[in-house]
Amino acid sequence: MMSRLRDVLENSNDRVFTAEFPTIDGAGMARVISQVQRLMPWFDAVNTTDNPAAHAHASNISVAIAVKAQGLEPIMQIACRDKNRLAIQADMMGAALHGIENLSLMTGDDVTAGDEPESRRVFDLDSAQAISVADSLNRGVYLSGRTIKPPTNFYIGAVENAAAPPLEYRVQRALKKQSAGARYLQLQICYHSVRLEEFCQGAAKAVPTLHLLPTIVLLKGARQLKFMNDKVPGIDVPASIIERVEKSSDQNEAAYQLALEQAQHALALPGVRGLHIADFRHDDTLVRLMKDLGRTARNINQTSALSAR
Amino acid sequence: MTPKLLPIIEHAIKKPIWDCRMCGQCVLHSTGMTCPMTCPKTLRNGPCGGVRENGNCEVKPEMQCVWVKAYERKESLPLPKAWREHFDDLRPPVDMQLKGTSSWANLLTKRDQQVPKGWKADATASNSK
Repeated sequence: MMSRLRDVLENSNDRVFTAEFPTIDGAGMARVISQVQRLMPWFDAVNTTDNPAAHAHASNISVAIAVKAQGLEPIMQIACRDKNRLAIQADMMGAALHGIENLSLMTGDDVTAGDEPESRRVFDLDSAQAISVADSLNRGVYLSGRTIKPPTNFYIGAVENAAAPPLEYRVQRALKKQSAGARYLQLQICYHSVRLEEFCQGAAKAVPTLHLLPTIVLLKGARQLKFMNDKVPGIDVPASIIERVEKSSDQNEAAYQLALEQAQHALALPGVRGLHIADFRHDDTLVRLMKDLGRTARNINQTSALSAR
Repeated sequence: MTPKLLPIIEHAIKKPIWDCRMCGQCVLHSTGMTCPMTCPKTLRNGPCGGVRENGNCEVKPEMQCVWVKAYERKESLPLPKAWREHFDDLRPPVDMQLKGTSSWANLLTKRDQQVPKGWKADATASNSK
Protein backbone atom coordinates (compact mmCIF):
# COMPACT_ATOMS: atom_id res chain seq x y z
CA MET A 1 0.00 0.00 0.00
CA MET A 2 1.41 3.36 -0.95
CA SER A 3 0.13 6.83 -0.45
CA ARG A 4 -1.29 8.15 -3.69
CA LEU A 5 0.09 11.57 -2.82
CA ARG A 6 3.60 10.17 -2.51
CA ASP A 7 3.20 8.08 -5.65
CA VAL A 8 2.13 10.99 -7.83
CA LEU A 9 4.63 13.49 -6.39
CA GLU A 10 7.65 11.20 -6.29
CA ASN A 11 7.04 8.90 -9.26
CA SER A 12 5.40 11.10 -11.87
CA ASN A 13 5.29 14.62 -13.19
CA ASP A 14 1.54 14.82 -12.85
CA ARG A 15 -0.08 17.64 -10.98
CA VAL A 16 -1.41 17.05 -7.52
CA PHE A 17 -4.51 18.68 -6.08
CA THR A 18 -5.23 18.54 -2.38
CA ALA A 19 -8.08 20.19 -0.51
CA GLU A 20 -8.85 21.32 3.00
CA PHE A 21 -11.45 18.87 4.30
CA PRO A 22 -14.29 20.81 5.98
CA THR A 23 -14.37 20.74 9.76
CA ILE A 24 -16.89 18.36 11.35
CA ASP A 25 -19.09 19.55 14.20
CA GLY A 26 -21.76 16.93 14.64
CA ALA A 27 -22.24 13.34 15.62
CA GLY A 28 -22.50 10.64 12.99
CA MET A 29 -20.88 10.17 9.61
CA ALA A 30 -23.41 11.91 7.35
CA ARG A 31 -21.44 15.10 6.78
CA VAL A 32 -18.16 13.25 6.29
CA ILE A 33 -19.77 11.06 3.64
CA SER A 34 -21.35 13.95 1.74
CA GLN A 35 -18.09 15.93 1.76
CA VAL A 36 -16.06 12.92 0.63
CA GLN A 37 -18.44 12.44 -2.29
CA ARG A 38 -18.07 16.08 -3.22
CA LEU A 39 -14.26 16.16 -3.08
CA MET A 40 -13.23 12.65 -4.14
CA PRO A 41 -13.59 13.07 -7.92
CA TRP A 42 -11.26 16.07 -7.98
CA PHE A 43 -8.62 15.64 -5.32
CA ASP A 44 -5.72 13.27 -4.75
CA ALA A 45 -5.89 13.74 -1.00
CA VAL A 46 -7.52 15.98 1.59
CA ASN A 47 -6.16 17.62 4.74
CA THR A 48 -7.98 16.55 7.86
CA THR A 49 -7.33 19.58 9.98
CA ASP A 50 -6.21 19.85 13.60
CA ASN A 51 -8.44 22.41 15.32
CA PRO A 52 -7.91 25.01 12.58
CA ALA A 53 -7.79 28.64 13.67
CA ALA A 54 -7.70 27.32 17.25
CA HIS A 55 -11.35 26.25 17.24
CA ALA A 56 -12.25 22.77 18.54
CA HIS A 57 -13.73 20.36 15.97
CA ALA A 58 -13.82 16.60 15.42
CA SER A 59 -10.18 15.54 15.77
CA ASN A 60 -7.62 15.31 12.97
CA ILE A 61 -7.13 11.58 13.45
CA SER A 62 -10.82 10.66 13.72
CA VAL A 63 -11.66 12.50 10.51
CA ALA A 64 -8.61 11.02 8.78
CA ILE A 65 -9.78 7.51 9.67
CA ALA A 66 -13.34 8.30 8.55
CA VAL A 67 -12.25 9.84 5.24
CA LYS A 68 -9.95 6.92 4.50
CA ALA A 69 -12.73 4.43 5.24
CA GLN A 70 -14.78 6.23 2.58
CA GLY A 71 -12.03 5.73 0.01
CA LEU A 72 -10.48 9.22 -0.03
CA GLU A 73 -6.86 9.62 0.97
CA PRO A 74 -6.23 11.76 4.06
CA ILE A 75 -3.32 14.03 4.86
CA MET A 76 -3.34 14.19 8.63
CA GLN A 77 -2.55 17.67 9.79
CA ILE A 78 -0.89 18.08 13.16
CA ALA A 79 -0.52 21.46 14.84
CA CYS A 80 1.86 21.89 17.77
CA ARG A 81 -0.49 24.12 19.75
CA ASP A 82 -2.66 21.61 21.62
CA LYS A 83 -0.57 18.58 22.48
CA ASN A 84 2.79 17.75 23.98
CA ARG A 85 5.39 15.47 22.42
CA LEU A 86 3.94 12.33 24.00
CA ALA A 87 0.45 13.00 22.62
CA ILE A 88 1.76 13.98 19.19
CA GLN A 89 3.80 10.78 18.91
CA ALA A 90 0.79 8.76 20.10
CA ASP A 91 -1.37 10.37 17.39
CA MET A 92 1.27 9.64 14.77
CA MET A 93 1.48 5.98 15.85
CA GLY A 94 -2.30 5.75 15.94
CA ALA A 95 -2.49 7.15 12.45
CA ALA A 96 0.09 4.63 11.25
CA LEU A 97 -1.95 1.86 12.86
CA HIS A 98 -4.87 2.88 10.64
CA GLY A 99 -2.71 3.04 7.51
CA ILE A 100 -2.59 6.82 7.35
CA GLU A 101 0.68 7.81 5.70
CA ASN A 102 0.49 11.48 4.75
CA LEU A 103 1.28 14.07 7.38
CA SER A 104 1.23 17.85 7.25
CA LEU A 105 2.99 19.29 10.28
CA MET A 106 2.69 22.88 11.39
CA THR A 107 3.15 25.24 14.32
CA GLY A 108 -0.54 26.19 14.38
CA ASP A 109 -2.32 29.46 15.05
CA ASP A 110 -2.11 30.66 18.62
CA VAL A 111 -5.00 29.95 21.00
CA THR A 112 -5.78 33.68 20.92
CA ALA A 113 -6.88 33.28 17.27
CA GLY A 114 -9.72 31.00 18.35
CA ASP A 115 -12.94 31.05 20.34
CA GLU A 116 -11.34 29.76 23.55
CA PRO A 117 -8.42 32.17 24.00
CA GLU A 118 -8.27 31.30 27.69
CA SER A 119 -6.84 27.86 26.80
CA ARG A 120 -3.32 26.80 27.73
CA ARG A 121 -1.04 26.88 24.70
CA VAL A 122 1.33 23.92 24.48
CA PHE A 123 3.93 24.20 21.67
CA ASP A 124 6.05 21.52 23.39
CA LEU A 125 7.47 20.79 19.93
CA ASP A 126 7.80 23.32 17.13
CA SER A 127 7.05 22.40 13.53
CA ALA A 128 10.64 21.57 12.57
CA GLN A 129 10.97 19.36 15.64
CA ALA A 130 7.65 17.64 14.91
CA ILE A 131 8.90 16.88 11.38
CA SER A 132 12.09 15.44 12.82
CA VAL A 133 10.10 13.31 15.28
CA ALA A 134 7.93 11.91 12.45
CA ASP A 135 11.13 11.11 10.57
CA SER A 136 12.45 9.30 13.66
CA LEU A 137 9.31 7.14 13.72
CA ASN A 138 10.06 6.32 10.08
CA ARG A 139 13.52 5.20 11.21
CA GLY A 140 11.91 2.91 13.78
CA VAL A 141 12.30 4.83 17.04
CA TYR A 142 10.29 7.12 19.26
CA LEU A 143 11.95 10.33 20.38
CA SER A 144 13.05 8.47 23.52
CA GLY A 145 14.88 5.94 21.39
CA ARG A 146 12.40 3.13 22.16
CA THR A 147 11.96 0.79 19.19
CA ILE A 148 8.96 0.70 16.85
CA LYS A 149 8.35 -2.49 14.88
CA PRO A 150 7.65 -2.18 12.05
CA PRO A 151 8.63 1.45 11.55
CA THR A 152 6.07 3.91 10.26
CA ASN A 153 5.97 4.84 6.59
CA PHE A 154 4.99 8.48 6.76
CA TYR A 155 5.11 10.77 3.78
CA ILE A 156 5.97 13.92 5.67
CA GLY A 157 4.80 17.35 4.62
CA ALA A 158 5.01 20.78 6.17
CA VAL A 159 3.73 24.28 5.54
CA GLU A 160 5.30 27.66 4.93
CA ASN A 161 4.00 31.19 4.61
CA ALA A 162 5.89 32.84 1.75
CA ALA A 163 4.31 36.22 2.47
CA ALA A 164 5.12 36.65 6.17
CA PRO A 165 8.19 38.48 7.50
CA PRO A 166 11.09 37.95 7.66
CA LEU A 167 10.60 37.39 3.91
CA GLU A 168 14.29 36.80 3.17
CA TYR A 169 14.37 33.99 5.71
CA ARG A 170 11.36 31.99 4.54
CA VAL A 171 13.24 29.88 2.00
CA GLN A 172 15.89 29.04 4.59
CA ARG A 173 13.18 27.97 7.01
CA ALA A 174 11.61 25.77 4.36
CA LEU A 175 14.99 24.14 3.79
CA LYS A 176 15.31 23.48 7.50
CA LYS A 177 12.00 21.62 7.36
CA GLN A 178 13.16 19.73 4.30
CA SER A 179 16.37 18.62 5.95
CA ALA A 180 14.36 17.57 9.02
CA GLY A 181 12.31 15.21 6.83
CA ALA A 182 9.64 17.12 4.88
CA ARG A 183 9.16 16.10 1.26
CA TYR A 184 6.44 18.56 0.27
CA LEU A 185 5.22 21.95 1.43
CA GLN A 186 1.67 23.21 1.40
CA LEU A 187 2.07 26.98 1.15
CA GLN A 188 -0.23 29.39 2.93
CA ILE A 189 -2.53 31.46 0.68
CA CYS A 190 -0.46 34.35 -0.64
CA TYR A 191 -1.97 37.59 -1.95
CA HIS A 192 1.45 39.00 -2.86
CA SER A 193 2.29 37.33 -6.17
CA VAL A 194 5.88 38.60 -6.21
CA ARG A 195 6.57 37.13 -2.77
CA LEU A 196 5.21 33.77 -3.88
CA GLU A 197 7.36 33.90 -7.02
CA GLU A 198 10.50 34.71 -5.06
CA PHE A 199 9.83 32.00 -2.51
CA CYS A 200 9.20 29.30 -5.13
CA GLN A 201 12.23 30.31 -7.15
CA GLY A 202 14.43 30.24 -4.04
CA ALA A 203 13.11 26.91 -2.77
CA ALA A 204 13.22 25.22 -6.19
CA LYS A 205 16.77 26.40 -6.73
CA ALA A 206 18.00 25.17 -3.34
CA VAL A 207 16.11 21.84 -3.27
CA PRO A 208 14.66 20.84 -6.65
CA THR A 209 13.12 17.70 -5.11
CA LEU A 210 10.95 19.62 -2.63
CA HIS A 211 7.39 19.67 -3.96
CA LEU A 212 5.43 22.89 -3.52
CA LEU A 213 1.64 23.08 -3.28
CA PRO A 214 0.50 26.71 -2.93
CA THR A 215 -2.93 27.26 -1.39
CA ILE A 216 -5.78 28.88 -3.27
CA VAL A 217 -8.80 30.04 -1.29
CA LEU A 218 -12.26 30.31 -2.82
CA LEU A 219 -14.09 33.27 -1.27
CA LYS A 220 -17.41 34.97 -1.97
CA GLY A 221 -16.36 38.60 -2.10
CA ALA A 222 -14.66 41.60 -0.56
CA ARG A 223 -16.12 41.02 2.90
CA GLN A 224 -14.40 37.63 3.17
CA LEU A 225 -11.17 39.09 1.78
CA LYS A 226 -11.26 41.74 4.50
CA PHE A 227 -11.89 39.04 7.08
CA MET A 228 -8.81 37.15 5.85
CA ASN A 229 -6.77 40.33 6.08
CA ASP A 230 -8.02 41.32 9.54
CA LYS A 231 -8.51 38.03 11.34
CA VAL A 232 -6.36 35.29 9.86
CA PRO A 233 -2.85 35.33 11.34
CA GLY A 234 -0.09 35.89 8.80
CA ILE A 235 -2.39 36.85 5.91
CA ASP A 236 -2.07 40.28 4.34
CA VAL A 237 -4.42 41.17 1.50
CA PRO A 238 -3.29 44.32 -0.34
CA ALA A 239 -5.93 47.06 -0.48
CA SER A 240 -5.78 47.04 -4.29
CA ILE A 241 -6.99 43.43 -4.36
CA ILE A 242 -9.85 44.06 -1.95
CA GLU A 243 -10.81 47.15 -3.96
CA ARG A 244 -10.80 45.26 -7.23
CA VAL A 245 -13.36 42.79 -5.90
CA GLU A 246 -15.33 45.37 -3.93
CA LYS A 247 -15.83 47.71 -6.87
CA SER A 248 -16.86 44.98 -9.27
CA SER A 249 -20.52 44.82 -10.30
CA ASP A 250 -20.49 41.09 -9.54
CA GLN A 251 -18.36 40.42 -6.44
CA ASN A 252 -18.98 36.69 -6.57
CA GLU A 253 -17.59 36.47 -10.07
CA ALA A 254 -14.72 38.86 -9.36
CA ALA A 255 -13.67 36.79 -6.33
CA TYR A 256 -13.76 33.65 -8.45
CA GLN A 257 -11.67 35.25 -11.20
CA LEU A 258 -9.13 36.35 -8.59
CA ALA A 259 -8.80 32.76 -7.35
CA LEU A 260 -8.50 31.43 -10.90
CA GLU A 261 -5.76 33.94 -11.72
CA GLN A 262 -3.89 33.07 -8.53
CA ALA A 263 -4.16 29.37 -9.35
CA GLN A 264 -2.86 29.79 -12.89
CA HIS A 265 -0.06 32.04 -11.70
CA ALA A 266 1.00 29.61 -8.97
CA LEU A 267 0.95 26.55 -11.23
CA ALA A 268 3.47 28.21 -13.56
CA LEU A 269 6.07 28.78 -10.82
CA PRO A 270 9.21 26.65 -10.36
CA GLY A 271 8.90 23.75 -7.92
CA VAL A 272 5.12 23.94 -7.91
CA ARG A 273 3.58 20.51 -8.46
CA GLY A 274 -0.04 21.34 -7.82
CA LEU A 275 -2.37 23.24 -5.55
CA HIS A 276 -4.06 23.02 -2.20
CA ILE A 277 -7.62 24.34 -2.29
CA ALA A 278 -9.60 25.76 0.61
CA ASP A 279 -13.24 26.37 -0.28
CA PHE A 280 -15.13 28.92 1.79
CA ARG A 281 -17.84 29.44 -0.85
CA HIS A 282 -19.38 25.99 -0.75
CA ASP A 283 -20.94 26.50 -4.18
CA ASP A 284 -20.33 25.17 -7.68
CA THR A 285 -17.12 27.18 -8.20
CA LEU A 286 -15.00 24.40 -6.72
CA VAL A 287 -15.84 22.20 -9.69
CA ARG A 288 -15.62 25.20 -12.02
CA LEU A 289 -12.10 25.95 -10.82
CA MET A 290 -11.01 22.37 -11.33
CA LYS A 291 -12.43 22.36 -14.86
CA ASP A 292 -10.95 25.76 -15.70
CA LEU A 293 -7.56 24.40 -14.64
CA GLY A 294 -7.98 21.49 -17.04
CA ARG A 295 -8.61 18.87 -14.40
CA THR A 296 -10.90 15.98 -15.26
CA ALA A 297 -12.95 14.19 -12.64
CA ARG A 298 -11.57 10.87 -11.53
CA ASN A 299 -13.72 7.81 -11.87
CA ILE A 300 -14.68 7.03 -8.31
CA ASN A 301 -14.86 3.27 -8.80
CA GLN A 302 -11.32 3.37 -10.09
CA THR A 303 -10.32 5.44 -7.09
CA SER A 304 -11.75 2.92 -4.67
CA ALA A 305 -9.88 0.15 -6.41
CA LEU A 306 -6.69 2.18 -6.13
CA SER A 307 -7.10 2.88 -2.44
CA ALA A 308 -7.85 -0.78 -1.77
CA ARG A 309 -4.66 -1.82 -3.49
CA MET B 1 29.68 28.89 44.47
CA THR B 2 26.75 26.83 45.60
CA PRO B 3 24.50 25.32 42.93
CA LYS B 4 21.59 27.26 44.44
CA LEU B 5 23.26 30.64 44.03
CA LEU B 6 24.33 30.29 40.41
CA PRO B 7 20.83 30.32 38.83
CA ILE B 8 19.98 33.41 40.88
CA ILE B 9 23.06 35.27 39.64
CA GLU B 10 22.47 34.14 36.06
CA HIS B 11 18.85 35.28 36.18
CA ALA B 12 19.81 38.62 37.75
CA ILE B 13 22.12 39.30 34.82
CA LYS B 14 20.17 37.81 31.91
CA LYS B 15 16.63 38.82 32.85
CA PRO B 16 17.13 42.60 32.45
CA ILE B 17 19.14 42.25 29.24
CA TRP B 18 17.40 39.41 27.40
CA ASP B 19 14.23 38.81 29.40
CA CYS B 20 15.72 35.39 30.21
CA ARG B 21 13.19 32.68 31.06
CA MET B 22 15.75 30.31 32.65
CA CYS B 23 15.17 27.42 30.28
CA GLY B 24 18.58 26.13 31.38
CA GLN B 25 19.71 25.42 27.80
CA CYS B 26 20.68 28.81 26.45
CA VAL B 27 20.94 29.26 22.68
CA LEU B 28 21.18 33.09 22.64
CA HIS B 29 24.54 33.06 20.87
CA SER B 30 23.04 31.27 17.85
CA THR B 31 19.83 33.32 17.67
CA GLY B 32 21.23 36.81 17.21
CA MET B 33 21.34 37.32 21.01
CA THR B 34 17.52 37.20 21.00
CA CYS B 35 15.87 34.74 23.37
CA PRO B 36 13.49 32.36 21.54
CA MET B 37 11.79 31.53 24.84
CA THR B 38 10.29 35.03 24.76
CA CYS B 39 8.31 33.98 21.66
CA PRO B 40 4.78 33.28 22.97
CA LYS B 41 4.96 29.92 21.18
CA THR B 42 8.53 29.34 22.48
CA LEU B 43 9.66 28.49 18.94
CA ARG B 44 13.35 27.62 18.78
CA ASN B 45 13.60 26.91 15.06
CA GLY B 46 12.43 30.09 13.39
CA PRO B 47 9.30 32.21 13.00
CA CYS B 48 5.80 30.80 12.64
CA GLY B 49 3.56 31.71 9.71
CA GLY B 50 1.55 34.18 11.77
CA VAL B 51 3.99 37.11 11.68
CA ARG B 52 2.16 40.35 10.89
CA GLU B 53 2.85 42.48 7.84
CA ASN B 54 4.71 45.01 10.04
CA GLY B 55 6.93 42.25 11.44
CA ASN B 56 5.14 42.07 14.78
CA CYS B 57 3.94 39.05 16.71
CA GLU B 58 0.66 37.26 15.96
CA VAL B 59 -0.04 36.86 19.69
CA LYS B 60 1.24 40.22 20.98
CA PRO B 61 0.56 42.78 18.26
CA GLU B 62 2.62 45.46 20.00
CA MET B 63 5.77 43.29 20.13
CA GLN B 64 8.21 42.74 17.29
CA CYS B 65 8.39 39.06 16.29
CA VAL B 66 11.24 37.47 18.21
CA TRP B 67 12.53 35.81 15.04
CA VAL B 68 12.28 38.95 12.93
CA LYS B 69 14.43 40.59 15.59
CA ALA B 70 16.78 37.60 15.79
CA TYR B 71 17.23 37.55 12.03
CA GLU B 72 18.04 41.27 11.92
CA ARG B 73 20.40 41.13 14.90
CA LYS B 74 22.22 38.07 13.59
CA GLU B 75 23.47 40.35 10.81
CA SER B 76 23.68 43.71 12.58
CA LEU B 77 25.41 42.70 15.84
CA PRO B 78 29.19 42.17 15.84
CA LEU B 79 28.89 38.45 16.53
CA PRO B 80 31.58 35.82 15.91
CA LYS B 81 31.15 34.12 12.52
CA ALA B 82 30.73 30.73 14.19
CA TRP B 83 27.73 32.00 16.15
CA ARG B 84 26.09 33.30 12.97
CA GLU B 85 26.64 29.97 11.27
CA HIS B 86 24.62 28.22 13.95
CA PHE B 87 21.53 30.33 13.23
CA ASP B 88 19.99 27.63 11.02
CA ASP B 89 20.74 24.71 13.34
CA LEU B 90 17.86 22.35 13.98
CA ARG B 91 17.46 22.83 17.73
CA PRO B 92 16.07 19.89 19.69
CA PRO B 93 12.90 20.11 21.78
CA VAL B 94 13.35 21.95 25.08
CA ASP B 95 14.35 19.69 27.96
CA MET B 96 11.78 20.69 30.56
CA GLN B 97 13.88 19.09 33.31
CA LEU B 98 16.38 21.92 32.98
CA LYS B 99 13.90 24.72 33.58
CA GLY B 100 15.12 26.98 36.38
CA THR B 101 18.65 25.60 36.38
CA SER B 102 21.76 27.53 35.39
CA SER B 103 22.56 27.25 31.70
CA TRP B 104 26.15 28.24 32.56
CA ALA B 105 26.51 25.17 34.77
CA ASN B 106 24.76 23.04 32.13
CA LEU B 107 27.17 24.34 29.51
CA LEU B 108 30.21 23.44 31.60
CA THR B 109 28.92 19.96 32.43
CA LYS B 110 27.61 19.53 28.84
CA ARG B 111 24.25 18.61 30.33
CA ASP B 112 22.68 21.03 27.83
CA GLN B 113 24.06 18.91 24.98
CA GLN B 114 22.09 15.83 26.02
CA VAL B 115 19.26 15.04 23.65
CA PRO B 116 16.75 12.17 23.63
CA LYS B 117 18.15 8.99 22.06
CA GLY B 118 15.66 9.14 19.20
CA TRP B 119 16.62 12.68 18.23
CA LYS B 120 18.63 12.71 15.01
CA ALA B 121 22.17 13.75 15.87
CA ASP B 122 23.13 14.95 12.40
CA ALA B 123 19.77 16.58 11.62
CA THR B 124 19.82 14.86 8.25
CA ALA B 125 16.56 13.24 7.28
CA SER B 126 16.37 9.56 6.51
CA ASN B 127 15.41 8.93 2.94
CA SER B 128 11.77 8.48 3.77
CA LYS B 129 10.77 8.34 0.17
